[in-house]
Order: sequence, then structure tokens, then C-alpha cells
Amino acid sequence: MALIKASMEVEQRKAERRSLVSWANVRPYAMISPAIIVFCLFFIYPIGYMIYLSFHEWNFVSPTKEFVGAANFTYLLADRDFREVIVNSFIYTFASVFLTISISLLLALWLNRSGTIYSFMQASIFSPHIISLVSVSMLWMWIMDADYGLLNWALNLIGIESVPWLTSPDYALASLILVAVWKGIGFNTLVFIAGLQSIPKDLYEAAELDQTPPWRRFLRLTVPMLSPTLFFLTIIGLINSFQVFETINLMTAGGPINSTNTFVYYIYQNGFQFFKIGYASAAGVVLLVILSVLTVVYFKVLSKRVHYR
Amino acid sequence: MAEIRLENISKAFNEDRVVKNISLTIKEGSFTVLVGPSGCGKSTILRMLAGFEKQTEGDIWIGDKLVNDLSPSKRDIAMVFQNYALYPTMTVKGNIEFGLTNRKVPKKERQQLIEEIAGIVGLTEHLNKKPDKLSGGQRQRVALARAMVKKPKVFILDEPLSNLDAKLRTQMRAELIQLHEKLGTTFVYVTHDQVEAMSMGDEIIILNQGVVQQKAAPIEVYENPGNIFAAEFIGQPPMNVFERKAFAETLEGVPEEAHYIGFRPEHAGISSAAVSVPHTIELESEILALETLGAESIYKVKNRIGVMNIRSFSAPLPKHAICFVSIPHEKLYPFGADKAAGPELNLSVKKEAALNGID
Repeated sequence: MALIKASMEVEQRKAERRSLVSWANVRPYAMISPAIIVFCLFFIYPIGYMIYLSFHEWNFVSPTKEFVGAANFTYLLADRDFREVIVNSFIYTFASVFLTISISLLLALWLNRSGTIYSFMQASIFSPHIISLVSVSMLWMWIMDADYGLLNWALNLIGIESVPWLTSPDYALASLILVAVWKGIGFNTLVFIAGLQSIPKDLYEAAELDQTPPWRRFLRLTVPMLSPTLFFLTIIGLINSFQVFETINLMTAGGPINSTNTFVYYIYQNGFQFFKIGYASAAGVVLLVILSVLTVVYFKVLSKRVHYR
Repeated sequence: MAEIRLENISKAFNEDRVVKNISLTIKEGSFTVLVGPSGCGKSTILRMLAGFEKQTEGDIWIGDKLVNDLSPSKRDIAMVFQNYALYPTMTVKGNIEFGLTNRKVPKKERQQLIEEIAGIVGLTEHLNKKPDKLSGGQRQRVALARAMVKKPKVFILDEPLSNLDAKLRTQMRAELIQLHEKLGTTFVYVTHDQVEAMSMGDEIIILNQGVVQQKAAPIEVYENPGNIFAAEFIGQPPMNVFERKAFAETLEGVPEEAHYIGFRPEHAGISSAAVSVPHTIELESEILALETLGAESIYKVKNRIGVMNIRSFSAPLPKHAICFVSIPHEKLYPFGADKAAGPELNLSVKKEAALNGID
């Protein structure tokens, strides 16, 4: 009797140990599962579904999704509108990133000093960043109004003729870039100032003793020391600009004559206005590929030149 | 090589006067050490000399040039910074070469200079490394090389050894002394470490609260401290200084002017039994604490005069024991009411007599 009891106890203890061991093995996965589930549900699954849809024709309501092979892609690449969209997107992205980064850097160099005026300027320049894009769009639609906008009024004051900011295909894209730069400068300047302030002062003193001319000091000292900041802001800027939507949707709706139509807005139009889900998905896949290639290239080419402290 | 002259230099940050009307001459080719506790103004003087700060009042001469309004780059000086301030994105060679390129030195000459300097500081095999791949001592050498390659009239060194470990510091100290001898250039060196000051300087300038306390050769500062501050600053542990009345019980005839009397911990003797040597103050004392450093022991003892440090090279006595401290009269340092060792108080001749009450 005692023997049976003892063997039962041993069995029980073994079982306990086994369950303990397995819990220890499972625990890390259990811990990260919420994040993984969210990631799969909102990133992996939609991307997979988008790729799936890009090979089908569907209009949102029809119960069947017709498989069309690569037809959506061949149609897309042959589409003159889509080629314009690609060109617009690249112009918009590179112009707004280049302008935002360079203007922010200049502003940061100027504002990186103490004093009430400089603090005030920093705060003023940053404020557009906290305004929602919808408000920014409404504001600039009013400022850029061809007939009674603030901008044309000011231009007229100094004797320049009114400019059809948002209503002419020649100006509309540039106007949107202007808005993006205005909105983006604040954040970029702030990050640049933080970057500049982390450069040790004695480096500049050493450079002064080395009789470094200002321009050379900027190129050989400031820029390399700021390279992590530059790298970060450029990659974030590229990705954000490629995905621009709100300002285009509200200010130009892709027009006039498709001149401000960019990737995300084009996908939105085809998917949710024309209900060409398969076609829109195909455009989405192309955007995904372009962004991935850009990011990889950027990391490969530039990360070696970035100096991390 | 150049002599440096500071004439009535003052520096105030807002209301705060950090340097108060200092006049100094730093001899051509000397190794002068500015030493003092933190906040004494030594770094400010250095930065004014380099031109990174503008003095509120006074003139600075380097050689026969008045440099008040000259930018740092025009003063013909080189500086070694506390954190080295190497350009982190450039190689060792790039760091040394940068100033030369700015000065438009031809490439061939640059190459030659870099090789020569790298040989002197022992960096030849590290020329193509970036600073973050180097050890602290090697970075220090790069900083020195970068300063040397400019062949300046004056070298300014701002606590250059403070980021090194103790062993490396001792080694670099010797190297800096040799380097100074080899170059023969004027070195101005700032430190808060009295050991560095004593071991490296031809001349020490002791500063406190923006005022020069004493300017003399190291041995002179040790043997004849100008005031109580200098006496307590140089020497490890510092000089024991007591008010005159503490001694009055023991000795008569201490001159009226001597308000304070000090003696160095290493000049006093310590033994377990009374010895009663003539011309010596003998004090029965209690050992409060003992630091055994191998060759020497440092005691903290208490007796009727007060608590004092005694440094002894004989075998350590047991802690908390009763012992006898003996201080020879000739090793006493009198100081006046203003805490200065006035010449009339220099008792080297009449010290013994005065303290014995013979006069």
C-alpha cells in the first residue's frame, strides 16, 4: 500500500515537472503572442490578401472573385495615368524630402543657440507639426485660393500677378510640395537641433584651432556628426511622402488633369471610387515593391557612411 | 617658443568674478602648471589664453604680440583637450592632417610631417584607424600629434591625463616631460591633481578662487609654501595647520605675528614610546585611523593640539594604540593672521630660538 502511494507521488511529481518544463518553453512565445497576433492580423494578412486580390477581378459586392492572372499588372503598366502617378509620386517625394531636409538643416543651424527669440522661433516653426493634416489642407486651400487667397493677395501687393496655385496643372504639384515642406520643417528642424546639440563643443574648438573655414567645418564636421539624424529623417521622409494622401484628397483630388495624383490616392480612387479592387491591389503591390527597394538600397548604400557614436 | 604675459586679467560671468586681476609671466620654453581645486579659474585662464573666452579686463601677450582681439586660430597655439576632441569620423591620419590641409600645406610636406610626428608619438601602425578603435592612451597620443604637427609657439593642455587610468597616467606623465624637453616649446598645463603639478612642472601656479596663491618651482612650493592654502594644497596628506593658541600650551615665545603654525605629516615622527629629543614637541596621542600603503603608513592621530595626519615610513603601529608624535621645531611653518607666510615670519634662522622662548 505504502509502495503504491510512494510510486504515485513520484508519478505526480514527474508530471508536475513535465508541465513546468513545457510552460518554461512556451512562456516566451506566449509573452510575444499579443504583438505577433496584432502584427499578423493588421500587417501580414492584409499584405497577403492584397497580393491575392491583385490577381483577381472584384468589385467589393460580387460574391465571386474572378482570377485574371497578371492581367491587372499588365494593364497597370500600360496605363498612361499610372505612369503619371509614378512620376508625380517620385517628384513629390524627392522634392519635398530634399527641400524639407535642407531648409530644416539651415534653420537648425541658425536656431541652435540660446535666447528668447530663438526659443520662440523654434516653437513657432514646430507648431505646424501638431496641426492635423486635414486642418493644414483646409488652411492652405484658403491661403492658396486663386481669387481671394492670402498668398495671391500678398503677391499682388508687391506687383506680381495672381498664381493659380491649385487649379493649374503647372502649379498644383508644386503647391502640394510647398504644403508638405511647411508642415514637415518643424519636426525636422527640432530633430536637427537635438542632433547639433549632441555634437561636443570642443570639436568645434579644435576645428577653430585647426583654422577650419566655415564651409569645410560644415561639410567635414557637422554633416558627418549629424549623419545618423540625416539618415533617420530622410528614410522617414521618403516613406511618409510616398504615402501622401490627406492633402491630395482634400486640396486637389488628384487633379487638375491627374497632375497631382500619387500612389496612395490613385489606389484609393480605383479601389473605393471605381471599385476596381483587383486593379487597386496590383497598384498597392507595386508601391510595396518600390518602397521596399528604396529602403533596402538606402540602407545598403548609406548605412556604411553613417557615423554612430 | 614664446613668453606669455597676462596683465591684470579679470573675467566675470554675469556677476560672478571667476578670475580676479591676475598678472603672470609664463617663461619661454617652460613647463608651467596651473593647479587648483575645481572652480578656481584655472580652466578659464587657459581658455582666455587660447581665445575661446574673452577676458573682461586686462591684456594677454604671447611673445611680443598682443592677442586680446586675435581669434584662437591666429594665436599660434595648439591645445590638447580633456576629452581629446578628436574628429570621430576621420582616421588618425585624417585628424593629424586636417589642420595642415586647412593651412594649405602641400601634400608632400604633409605626408612627411605626419610620418615624422606619428613616429615620435608611436602611432605609425595606427594611422588608418578611426579614434573609436583606439585605447585611451592612443587617443591621447593622437591629440598630442595633432597639436604638435602645427609646430605652435605654445602648447596648451587642459587636464589631458584625467581620463586615463592610474598606470597609464604615470606613463604619459613621463612621456609628456620628455616631449617637452624634445620640443622646447612653452607648455601651459592645467590640472587639479597636485601630483601631476609637482612631477611635471618647471613652475607651478597655484590658484584659488580666481587669485594666484603662489607661483614657484615645485620644490620651492613644497619647502616654502606662500600661504596656508598652498601649504595644504601641495603634499599628500596636506600640511597640518593649527591656530597658535593650540601650540601655546606647549611652547612659549611663539612670535605674536604667527597666528597659525603648520607642519608636514612626513616631518613628524611617530613611535610607541616617548623619546624626548631636544628641540622637539612631543605629544602623547591616540591613533584614530591607519592607512597602510606598503612603503609608508598614514596615521590619523588625536592629541591635545587636535587631530592631525602623520606619515611614517617605519613599520605600522597597532590601531587605537597610544603613541608619541614628535615634531622637530625646525620643521614648523609659521603663518600670519592673513594666512600668508610673510618674510618676517620666515623663522628658518630664528625659528628654533623663538619657539624655545630664548630669542
